[in-house]
Amino acid sequence: MTKLLPMNRRSFLQTTASGAAALGLAPSLFSTPAAAQAALTVGFIYVGPKDDYGYNQAHAEGAAVIKAMSGVTVVEEENVPETVDVQKTMESMINLDGASLVFPTSFGYFDPHMLEMAKKYPDVQFRHCGGLWKEGVNPMNTGSYFGYIGQGQYLNGITAGYASKSKKIGFVAAKPIPQVLQNINSFLLGARSVDPAITCQVIFTGEWSLAVKEAEATNALIDQGADVITCHVDSPKVVVETAAGRGAFVCGYHANQSPLAPEKYLTGAEWAWGNVYTKFVTEAQASTPLGNFVRGGLKDGFVKMSPLGPGVSEEARKKFDATLAEMMAGSFSVFKGPIKDNKGGDAVTAGQTFAEDAIELESMAYLVEGVVGSTS
Amino acid sequence: MTIEVNTPTLSPLSTDARSLRPLLEWLARRAEPVVISLGAILAGLALFSLFILVVGKSPADLFRLMYTGGFGSWFSIQNSLSRAAPLLLTALCVALPARLGLVVIGGEGAVVLGGVAAAAIALPLTASVSPIVVIPLMAIAGMIAGGIWIGLAGVLRHYRGVNETIASLLLAYIAIALMNHFIEGPLRDPASLNKPSTAPLPAEYMLGNIPGMDVNWGLVIGIVACIIAWVLIEATSFGFAARIAGGNVRAAQIQGLPVGRLIVGFTALAGSFAGLAGMVEVAAVQGSANASLAAGYGYTGILVAFLARHNPLAIIPVAILLGGIDASGGLIQRRMGLPDATVLVLQGTLFVVILLCETFYGRFKIFNPDLWKSPGLRSNLSEGTA
Repeated sequence: MTKLLPMNRRSFLQTTASGAAALGLAPSLFSTPAAAQAALTVGFIYVGPKDDYGYNQAHAEGAAVIKAMSGVTVVEEENVPETVDVQKTMESMINLDGASLVFPTSFGYFDPHMLEMAKKYPDVQFRHCGGLWKEGVNPMNTGSYFGYIGQGQYLNGITAGYASKSKKIGFVAAKPIPQVLQNINSFLLGARSVDPAITCQVIFTGEWSLAVKEAEATNALIDQGADVITCHVDSPKVVVETAAGRGAFVCGYHANQSPLAPEKYLTGAEWAWGNVYTKFVTEAQASTPLGNFVRGGLKDGFVKMSPLGPGVSEEARKKFDATLAEMMAGSFSVFKGPIKDNKGGDAVTAGQTFAEDAIELESMAYLVEGVVGSTS
Repeated sequence: MTIEVNTPTLSPLSTDARSLRPLLEWLARRAEPVVISLGAILAGLALFSLFILVVGKSPADLFRLMYTGGFGSWFSIQNSLSRAAPLLLTALCVALPARLGLVVIGGEGAVVLGGVAAAAIALPLTASVSPIVVIPLMAIAGMIAGGIWIGLAGVLRHYRGVNETIASLLLAYIAIALMNHFIEGPLRDPASLNKPSTAPLPAEYMLGNIPGMDVNWGLVIGIVACIIAWVLIEATSFGFAARIAGGNVRAAQIQGLPVGRLIVGFTALAGSFAGLAGMVEVAAVQGSANASLAAGYGYTGILVAFLARHNPLAIIPVAILLGGIDASGGLIQRRMGLPDATVLVLQGTLFVVILLCETFYGRFKIFNPDLWKSPGLRSNLSEGTA
């Protein structure tokens, strides 16, 4: 536990009188560049609980990696809504804790919240998870980082394709936005690489975190015959436990959920934010400019796969390893034409190949043939 | 439990003291809610300290941090005020119907629809019309949307006998679904790929901050709304009629009071305050309508209104207190390693203790104005202890 701030009337009056921006703060804690070099305080802000077995836990695990670095103090705050609250949380970390590098990790923190604070505190570095930063538009003390996790969902799909007996697999999705659609399509394409007869039913819950609907959706998918389930919601905990409880196999997302269903967990597409945060913090400590637009996939160490579970057959393991090796070599594309969408149109035409960082994939608005469900 | 009451010596009073009597009488009447509420807050904090001791942390450290984070510096004060601003309006959404004996808990629905309506009306006007016209229009749109929504709960209550508590809560769920429909469908800005939102408001349509402060105009709007609501309830015949209907609806009907119109009017007005909170959220914070509108302000407003005993003026300090607790919550997480739920436990404890303390009203003789009247004027001052 960090020591309490020495807060007294005199220091309060002094700072008030001098009109300093950071009020009520002992002078030694002002984040001057010299102080930042010696000791770096890094702030992490999460939109949900940091032990959610999902999106927020993945970031908190990354923060835990930073904590172990020397000269780094980590301050964390969880359950911060995407309102004026997150602006004040950032300011409070800067003013009261002396943070000079802040990671607001939820997608909705970017505009207007992080941008407002970046304008107000030009000496503080802000890096946001989600890939929204644009050169020339957004300030240079801000930036984005994100991972290409679609290939992870493709690998999930391979294990699902081998594990499924009914040839029906299921996907519990939050919202029909490009990132989610790409994961659904990748999951089905992975499964179809094993058996082209496989179909994937998708149910959108409409919210990032809505446990009751996630459980209902999981049950509905299993009632309709799906025997492998995966998801893209903030916390996969409910989906994983519900599916495993009904005897279905599950593939994870965001973080490792195998402790929740050790027998039924095949594998999972996980974030490896520890690597990304280490990179940023090392740069900050060396006073080199931090990257503004940082992205990567499996081969860059931004994304990793959970260890394969006991439900994965030898055959499945071989194909999984071979595909993973191709991905690590950078020679694999999930979206390689011809691919039809599920309304009969062309999603990817013959001869077209999109690498994982292709800009076209970021405005994906279709579900591929074999996915049962609709984006609207 | 026996409550010790210090019975002051009443007579013989000197002439000087006698002239103090009206003042003492007034004080006794006014002091009761203040003293009981403060006592309840202290008792709640004491109870909460036990929780903190159980998890092995120091309550003294915690309270010091709460002070630092909530009110310890100009930055912290502005932090608390910013968080209090939306609660002022959403608390009114609960407090106004409560004066009629109605428990409305669906303010969240009015907030989100108010926000969507405000954004929707500004969208077609982009950049062509003066902000002096657009900002009031947005406020009116937000108030109408919120007013219709909570007014609907009032209509269902009066004309169909539907319980307004359940109706307003369910209407809130429908409102959130409607909001999602609009921002993901007809009103969606195609550029908002992964976070569906309406098109951003031009900067000149934004409300901005109060000059010299890092708090947006929502605070002023909220305080003015609380004062208006207080005047309405305490100083108009409309408010008087509502209080009568709240006390005894039969008696009000026998008197010929328009109970139906009162119920619909008060619920609609309450909803329009919450709708205004949604408009402020769009015009002062978010810059567009999106799912972040459903941030729980409507639900925290319930807590504020009950803690303020549905008195619009008391809402102001209570909202600021809760804003301060919220603001310090972050510091508690960061410095003491306690979970976010800590401040929720504190809020819940305060809520329960304050509700329990309702039972103390009228049980302390010292607050009885009769006690302070001159002996001749004293009416039936009851004897005995509570």
